[in-house]
Amino acid sequence: MMGEQLTIDDVRVTYNVAGRAALNAVDGVSFTLTPGAVLGLVGESGCGKSTLARAICGLVPLSGGSVTFGDVPVGSMGLSGRDPRLLRIQMVFQNPYASLNPRRRIGKQIEDARRIHPTTAPTVGELLDQVELPRSAAAGYPFQFSGGQRQRIAIARAMATGPDVLIGDEPIASLDASLQSRVAQLMRRVALESGASLLFISHDLAIVRTIADRVLVMNRGKVVEEGETDAIWGAPQHPYTKRLLGAIPAVDGLGRIPLVAQP
Amino acid sequence: MSDVASRSGAGDSSGRGTPQGAAVTVAGLRLTIDGKPILNGIDLELPRGKVTGLAGESGSGKTMTGMTLIGLQPDNAVVTGSVLFDGRELVGLPAREWGSVRGTRIAMVFQDPTASLHPMLSIGRQLTDHQRHHLGLPKREALARAESLLERVGVPDPAGALKKYPHEFSGGQLQRIAIASAIACDPELLIADEPTTALDVTVQAGILALLRSLCDDLGLTVVLITHDFGVLSSLADEIAVMRGGVIVEHGSRYDVIRQPTHPYTRELIESLPMHELAEAGALGAPGASEGTE
Repeated sequence: MMGEQLTIDDVRVTYNVAGRAALNAVDGVSFTLTPGAVLGLVGESGCGKSTLARAICGLVPLSGGSVTFGDVPVGSMGLSGRDPRLLRIQMVFQNPYASLNPRRRIGKQIEDARRIHPTTAPTVGELLDQVELPRSAAAGYPFQFSGGQRQRIAIARAMATGPDVLIGDEPIASLDASLQSRVAQLMRRVALESGASLLFISHDLAIVRTIADRVLVMNRGKVVEEGETDAIWGAPQHPYTKRLLGAIPAVDGLGRIPLVAQP
Repeated sequence: MSDVASRSGAGDSSGRGTPQGAAVTVAGLRLTIDGKPILNGIDLELPRGKVTGLAGESGSGKTMTGMTLIGLQPDNAVVTGSVLFDGRELVGLPAREWGSVRGTRIAMVFQDPTASLHPMLSIGRQLTDHQRHHLGLPKREALARAESLLERVGVPDPAGALKKYPHEFSGGQLQRIAIASAIACDPELLIADEPTTALDVTVQAGILALLRSLCDDLGLTVVLITHDFGVLSSLADEIAVMRGGVIVEHGSRYDVIRQPTHPYTRELIESLPMHELAEAGALGAPGASEGTE
């Protein structure tokens, strides 16, 4: 199964803030996400990476540029029905406490998503197996699960639709530190096994490094550097990337705290 | 424990002239929840005025160890063994007596400052409540102290910050405020559980520098709980590696990271991306160390 290519061309998102100048949260970003690729998007809080994710799904209106999925333009999400082809972009949100319906059983929520699947969706049990949850979880409600388990459920629900593109918007940020890497690895595995591509957005450079093939570095709404993960870590070019990577403490046992110039 | 690779404080810890001796002595600490063993005999001395790092993976018991030190283990947990703090046995301490220890002599900083600070109380209120309770200060004095605390931890415009609410600050500033709150009653022991995990790396560097300076200037004994060896390498003086509810290796920062003796520690360190070690020269001469490992 090979998915469609997601093309982001010169995307701009502007927020109008009362009493202040308009804020260009995303300021002319272009990239393509090819099927089967894992793309990491890193940057500090406030750099516009979450806004970009929401723009790609049509959750915030664009003020310029275009997002195209295959040959279908992604427009703003409205009350009317969405082009079924666009349902092949799925998102996993930061907060699994808010993204699951608290009043419906896990199995039902995954069942809903399965109906969108273009061919034969895996069963709920198979989906729960994929995300390493017991099949009995289907009968439970969200409140019965921990944050890490809920995020796995959210991933299973996104995968039930057989997406071509899976977007994770800080999907691990609200999880216990020691679980983060495991859930990130799980997302990569689950996405690639089904032939989908993954856009993984995180401020955690260490984790992006372990799962992404390519990385985009964002600062103040712009992509300042893009490249193979190893190349970016091995030889960062842009001063911002250097500053970001320079702030990661080295594991040398010398007790040196990284010196970071404040901008 | 017989399998503990323990070494006395060699390494490069600079003599900061801190008082010698252990601030806390943990011996044979065990904890079970509904019969399930979580901690299986922790022996640990926390040197006064130093940062002791607790490393380990998910479920190794590092957070539960920290929680037990401050008496915040779950209600259904059964704790045995001994935690000696300033000559006082903390295991089995009645709740009433914990009230005069927790928050004043032993304090804690958590992973997520947006969750650990109350969203609907002003910073001024959150930095003075416990001072007024524990130290019996009048409101005005407590506020003045709160202002100097905020200055100490590097929050810009301390006077203005007192009137603000948590949502008006960034994550890094909130963590500074949480640290100010923790040190407000002059604790001797600070337990920091993943204090920088929720922060951007550039902000993390600032928080690490702050914790280092608090430790050096105030003689604070710090327990740093983290899974991140980079954080341990930059801040911890000693490192204890936990697995399955026991400490498998404990030694100076330099020794544990550069010459781990326990296979599990070696595995953890070797699983780190090589680049960081190589760049720092930790692998010795390029290409030379591969053969010896």
